[in-house]
Amino acid sequence: MSNMAVCVAVIAKENYPLFIKTTPTDNELQFYYTVHTSLDVVEEKISSVGKNANDLRELYLGLLYPTEDYKVYGYVTNTKVKFVVVVESSNTSLRDNEIRTMFKRLHGAYVDMLSNPFYNPGENIVSRKFENVVMGMMKQD
Amino acid sequence: MADEVPFEFLHMELVAHIHNTSTKEENDTCIAKLESLGYRVGLSLIERFTKDCSRFKDELDMMKFICKDFWNLVYKKQIDNLRTNHQGVYVLQDNKFRFLTQLSNGKQYMEAAPKYLAFPCGLIRGALCSLGINCIVTAEVSAMPACKFQIQIQRL
Repeated sequence: MSNMAVCVAVIAKENYPLFIKTTPTDNELQFYYTVHTSLDVVEEKISSVGKNANDLRELYLGLLYPTEDYKVYGYVTNTKVKFVVVVESSNTSLRDNEIRTMFKRLHGAYVDMLSNPFYNPGENIVSRKFENVVMGMMKQD
Repeated sequence: MADEVPFEFLHMELVAHIHNTSTKEENDTCIAKLESLGYRVGLSLIERFTKDCSRFKDELDMMKFICKDFWNLVYKKQIDNLRTNHQGVYVLQDNKFRFLTQLSNGKQYMEAAPKYLAFPCGLIRGALCSLGINCIVTAEVSAMPACKFQIQIQRL
C-alpha cells in the first residue's frame, strides 16, 4: 500500500498560502517550493481560458508538471482559490479520475469551512474538520 | 415552496433586530451593518453555488450567473431584466423582489425600503467580489415591489 497525497495546499486568490499540510519528512520545505513553483503553471493555465473555444473550462486543471520524484496536480475554484496536491511519481494507483474526486472532496470541505461564520475569509485555515478531510487524503487506504 | 419562508422571516427579524438595538440617529450604521453581513454571506454562498459550475468566460458570464442561478437559489426567481452600458455599469431589475412583497404596494412605506435592501446589496457585492469583480452595489425602488440593483464596477 502506498501513500496517497504527500502534500496538500490551499492558496488564496491573492496567491498566499491559506493551508499547507505535508507528510512528515525531513525536507518539508521542499514541498513549499514545489507548491510555490506550481502557481506559475496554474496562472498560465487559467489565463488562457476564454481565448480559444476548446480550452478547458473545468475547475480541475490536471497534471501541472511532473518532477523526478513527484507529480503536481492543480485545481482552481471559480473564486480563484487554488488547491495543489503533490503525489509520488512511483504511485501508479492514482489515476486522473481519483485525483479529480480527491479535489472535489477537498473543494467540498473548503466550502463547508468557509460557511462557518466564525471563520474570517482570507485567514489561515485552522478548522479541525477540514484538516481531517485532508488527512484522509494523505493516509493510505 | 416552504423553504424560502424561514429565510424571509429570518431576514425580517435581522433587520428589526439591528434597528431596534440602535438609536434613531444611527440609521446609516444599521444599513452599513446589514450590508457587511450580506457581504460575508455572499462570499460563502458563491463558493457553494459555483462548486459544480464550469469556469466563467468573462464578466458578462458572471453577471448572467448572478441573475439566473444565484437569484434562483436565493430568491426562487430570476432577475427580470439585465441591462448594461458595456462600460462597467449593470442594472438588474426585479419586478417582484421577495423582500418587498410583504410591504404595501403604495407609497406609504417607501422610506422603509432601504433597510430591506441593504442585505441583498451586500449579498451581490460579496458574490461578485469573490469572483474577482470589485464593485459598488446600490438599490433603487420607484414602485413597490419592483426594485433595481445598480452594479458599478470599480476598475483600477
